[in-house]
Amino acid sequence: MPTVGVKRDLLFKALGRSYTDEEFDELCFEFGLELDEITSEKEIISREQGDTKASGASDVILYKIDVPANRYDLLCLEGLVRGLQVFKNKLEVPRYKRVSPLSGEPQKLIITKETEAVRPHAVAAVLRNITFTQERYDSFIELQEKLHQNICRKRSLVAIGTHDLDTISGPFTYTAKRPGDISFKPLNQTKEYTATQLMSLYKTDSHLRHYLHIIEDKPLYPVIYDSNGVVLSMPPIINGDHSKISLKTKNVFIECTATDQTKAKTVLDMMVTMFSEYCAQPFTVEEAEVVYPDGKTCIYPELAYRKEKLSGKFINQKVGINESTEKIAHLLTRMCLLSQATGAGDEIEVEIPPTRSDIIHACDIMEDAAIAYGFNNITRTTPRTYTVANQFPLNKLTELLRQDLAAAGFTEALNFALCSQEDIAEKLGKKISEMRAVHISNPKTAEFQVARTTLLPGLLKTIAANRKMPLPLKLFEISDVVLKDETKDVGARNSRRFCAVYYNKSPGFEVIHGLLDRTMQLLEVKPARGEGYHIQTADDSTFFPGRCADIFVRGKNVGRLGVLHPDVINRFELTMPCSALEMDIEPFLGHTAETPLTRDVPMKEVIKHRFPTRDESQQSAHSRLTSTKTVFGDVSTQVGLEALSDFLADKSYIEGFVASQADMIVFDAIPSPPSPTLCHLWRWYNHINSFQTDRARLPSAKSRYVLPATPLATPNDASDEEDIDLFGSDDEAESAEVARIKEQRLAEYAAKKSKKPALIAKSSILLDVKPWDDETDMSKLEECVRSVSMDGLLWGQSKLVPVGYGIKKLQIGCVVEDDKVGTDMLEEAITAFEEYVQSVDVAAFNKI
Amino acid sequence: MADTGVLETLLQRVEKVDDGVDSLAVATSLGVDHQVIVGAVKSLQALGDVISAELRSSKHWELTEEGTEIAEQGSHESRVFSCIPQEGLAQSELMKLPFGKIGFSKAMSSKWIRVDKAHEGGPRIFRTVESIDDQVREKLLLVQKGHSTQLEEKEKNELKKRKLLSEVGNWKEKKFKPYNFEAMGVAPDCGHLHPLMKVRTQFRQIFLEMGFTEMPTNNFIESSFWNFDSLFQPQQHPARDQHDTFFLSDPAHAHEFPQDYLERVKKVHSEGGYGSQGYKYDWKIEEAQKNILRTHTTAVSARMLYKLAQQKFTPVKYFSIDRVFRNETLDATHLAEFHQIEGVVADYGLTLGDLMGVLHQFFTKLGITKLRFKPAYNPYTEPSMEVFSYHEGLKKWVEVGNSGVFRPEMLLPMGLPEDVSVIAWGLSLERPTMIKYGINNIRELVGHKVNLQMVYDSPICRNPPTHF
Repeated sequence: MPTVGVKRDLLFKALGRSYTDEEFDELCFEFGLELDEITSEKEIISREQGDTKASGASDVILYKIDVPANRYDLLCLEGLVRGLQVFKNKLEVPRYKRVSPLSGEPQKLIITKETEAVRPHAVAAVLRNITFTQERYDSFIELQEKLHQNICRKRSLVAIGTHDLDTISGPFTYTAKRPGDISFKPLNQTKEYTATQLMSLYKTDSHLRHYLHIIEDKPLYPVIYDSNGVVLSMPPIINGDHSKISLKTKNVFIECTATDQTKAKTVLDMMVTMFSEYCAQPFTVEEAEVVYPDGKTCIYPELAYRKEKLSGKFINQKVGINESTEKIAHLLTRMCLLSQATGAGDEIEVEIPPTRSDIIHACDIMEDAAIAYGFNNITRTTPRTYTVANQFPLNKLTELLRQDLAAAGFTEALNFALCSQEDIAEKLGKKISEMRAVHISNPKTAEFQVARTTLLPGLLKTIAANRKMPLPLKLFEISDVVLKDETKDVGARNSRRFCAVYYNKSPGFEVIHGLLDRTMQLLEVKPARGEGYHIQTADDSTFFPGRCADIFVRGKNVGRLGVLHPDVINRFELTMPCSALEMDIEPFLGHTAETPLTRDVPMKEVIKHRFPTRDESQQSAHSRLTSTKTVFGDVSTQVGLEALSDFLADKSYIEGFVASQADMIVFDAIPSPPSPTLCHLWRWYNHINSFQTDRARLPSAKSRYVLPATPLATPNDASDEEDIDLFGSDDEAESAEVARIKEQRLAEYAAKKSKKPALIAKSSILLDVKPWDDETDMSKLEECVRSVSMDGLLWGQSKLVPVGYGIKKLQIGCVVEDDKVGTDMLEEAITAFEEYVQSVDVAAFNKI
Repeated sequence: MADTGVLETLLQRVEKVDDGVDSLAVATSLGVDHQVIVGAVKSLQALGDVISAELRSSKHWELTEEGTEIAEQGSHESRVFSCIPQEGLAQSELMKLPFGKIGFSKAMSSKWIRVDKAHEGGPRIFRTVESIDDQVREKLLLVQKGHSTQLEEKEKNELKKRKLLSEVGNWKEKKFKPYNFEAMGVAPDCGHLHPLMKVRTQFRQIFLEMGFTEMPTNNFIESSFWNFDSLFQPQQHPARDQHDTFFLSDPAHAHEFPQDYLERVKKVHSEGGYGSQGYKYDWKIEEAQKNILRTHTTAVSARMLYKLAQQKFTPVKYFSIDRVFRNETLDATHLAEFHQIEGVVADYGLTLGDLMGVLHQFFTKLGITKLRFKPAYNPYTEPSMEVFSYHEGLKKWVEVGNSGVFRPEMLLPMGLPEDVSVIAWGLSLERPTMIKYGINNIRELVGHKVNLQMVYDSPICRNPPTHF
């Protein structure tokens, strides 16, 4: 969890009030932050380097605040204050705008193809007319550092460079060169170095040496030049000294180079949204143009606002609250997610700003609503989940055995599952190659080289550490060892072992043997060859020759016992004789009537689970809606619902005395949950809802309750819908147009509806048709697509949308009659034009 | 402390003889209580190698009432013998005598007399020997005269069994030095369970009481796929770093995955789906194949939930308490391996309020009733909550666990129904155990550097610690 240090007084000034430490801690807690420490620079230095060094340091009080790892927008004072002020209803969430430069052309960053092999992505933006103060400047630098450490994964994914734009002149070139060919004066140095020299210079730099490995072994190093050949930076290591920003800097050029394009965009958005606050035009960011090696251009920063629609019911149900749609919209707005009830049922439209890259699913929005509601204001409820508890049989056996082994006078030890190779091999007089041990590739010390294959070394080490204790020492452990096993999906498995040792002035084989006898008695195995257990001389380099035996149970070797070899005892720094026993306990599991859980998962799926496209999954809740016309009347109207409610006044189900498909059919016809005022219907609706998951198993309906929907319009009539813009567009001017058309359409629809009593179920579909490459003739492609004709299919508007690398996809709308045309048919028909079409995806699917 | 006069006298007496003196004799001769001498001996012993003392026990025997009677009049069997005339005696007559019954059987077993059952007028008894030697009486007379040492232990025990002799029971009247009830008793010779395992047993019990089924967590080696990818933890996540996770060099890779599921996981990471934007990065199978030491038992929960999705869904409650491994910096409270306690509930329509309710019940069983929840972040749960409890001692809220609702991006690709929610929480076993047993350094609790005395001394765990 990243920790952000802010000066307390500065924070309170920005928040517009002061808090006691407890009050602020409380506010943090509620918002999901943690006031980790209250300290000062002086205190930190004195703690780390001693009082003398700290004498001159500032004793301004610092708050160290822990921020959730996915909230990059809270990594600086500016973001924290903005988040908290909006949360406290003291500030409206600002709207971040990308603007074109007042004077003509935007700054350009040209990427050459040489960067491909080392760090292929770059984005850029300009903060124009910014005013720095010492605090703002410090915060600006600190945010870069925090982003570098977190989302940028220590600069490996993204590196940020910030430059005084007035010291350099575009267009800028992002290229990659041989280290020997790069030469510049790096930040805070007095002379020029080649990149090769820099790498050795920074080998000893406590800060920069951690980043060297990212490019060290590459033949070419990434570098950014301005039009005069001035080096801006050599990402991800260091910026040039020439363009360094200072308190006087007015215009900042920000570049982010990356191995991950998505993260680069997020990081750039974060930098500019946080600090555009200090621009002459607050919250505006001047765009920059990035030119790709293929000549394609893109404008950054993206500052994309995304809109999501979800229902109030969804939030209420997931959180376990019961709030009005408006209230929920308000809660979300307090979390910087500008939201409003759309008026369509309990639908809420949520706008996700560019600062909230952490919101990737409706559940993230739901969480924010819960936070704003206050986790601790939610009523704690008990789920009614009925289950029967089962113990894992192996653990049950272990628990029972442990109790009785302690009763037998042995003391339980608990040792690490990881150890050194030496512990399980050389020290026991074995070769590591003979052990079926699992090896760790990145141990920090020898203690973590392998997973143990035997419990014995742990017990011997426990004795060695407790030599002062009175003799005899009698220890046992029942725990897992790890063995390689090709038959398992991961190539290894655990094995549950029982190990015991007896350490005294005499070897005490009889004691350990007696413990074996007792164990077998506990496990109900009789001493006998064949069906019982017996021991039999064995050769094992861990044990004293002739003092070792294999344990056989029902003819199967399950372990070994004996007197340890003196060399083994010495290697574990012990001085007295010792006898030991180690055996598997899994063979004693026995049978249970219940089916125990096992860790192995089926590798082949019997049930077909499909991966839905994004829009399908959003639509799925609505897609089962067919017709609202029922024998009780139109259940989308109050009259219809009342009739149904009356019908249910003295009935539990639509048909008979058990739930059936008849209930399901009528249930599906009801567009949204009925109001509790229709008490009979409400009761029935909730009851039937509980059958949803088992609906397929319900008995079929005897009569027909839902009538087919009458057509919305005949195909001929539909032609006047062709000019409807089917694409949701972010452009405000366009959306006004859409709204107008929508209204018009609704009016027409109403007019038609009044004339025609029944409707045909229709859907508008938006298809993404992707070509093979940038050379595909898109007009030909469109021609082909439009040539597809089916009964009940009408093509609508289309447009070309850039995908990247000069490739554009065709986005084309159509209206289909659900009964006649399916998306599968459409996709099949279009992909048949193999020459042009690479793929077809349904981008949007809406019921009309 | 015995007075120095007795000490000196005692030393002088011991010095005079070669084979020591009898403390009782000394006491008698000095005319002091025996306990005074015992005290003097103990004081001298405490000085070190001054004297050696050995414990001797002597028994004093005396005749019982019956024994006294026999010493005077002879044993029952001898009296039977002597009252039988040459012509014999009817058995019925003999039995009328007070000593008849016992004397008859003893005389019979000594073969002093015989019974003629066929004799007319009922069974009649005759002498079989001329004279007898009444040893019982003689032995008793010896004892009576204070020469009991001349008898063998066996003989005395025989007489004791016949209730003729008794060990002197006058300790009832004797005065003893009072016990020091402040002192400790002797520790019983026994084995002990490890304190961490005792606490584990209790946590296990709590889950079982709450109807949770135990998951099979006996697989320390896990693929990155199940440990991270299936949980929607992106491949560049810091937890997947070399600095945090133990990777394996042998066996380096897992070789088998449910392919259809893997494809869905890949898609949801790289492209999104199920209503998610996804993480939009290039998901690589090579990363997912890497074998690791599992970093949490949630990897097993993922397997269990996936299996659950492959059959008709039924609600489940699962738990586990087992080892997990982190390649982290070690300190007094952190080891590279520790035990994770985890609870999972999967059912239709579970809410965040339900999660809080279950946590409340769980922690109430631990004796913790004041709980509150802080929003947190975890890559595979949303919402995520840190659980805090009010620490009465510290007078502040302390974190006791982590919890959340599993993300749809984790559950839906597994194939679980859309309206099923899965709530989960976790905590470490070591932390509460260290607090319960007052241990500051985790190495004294777990691993070979454990202090066995601590293990011997640790109390039972009725309730896991009432505060962490």
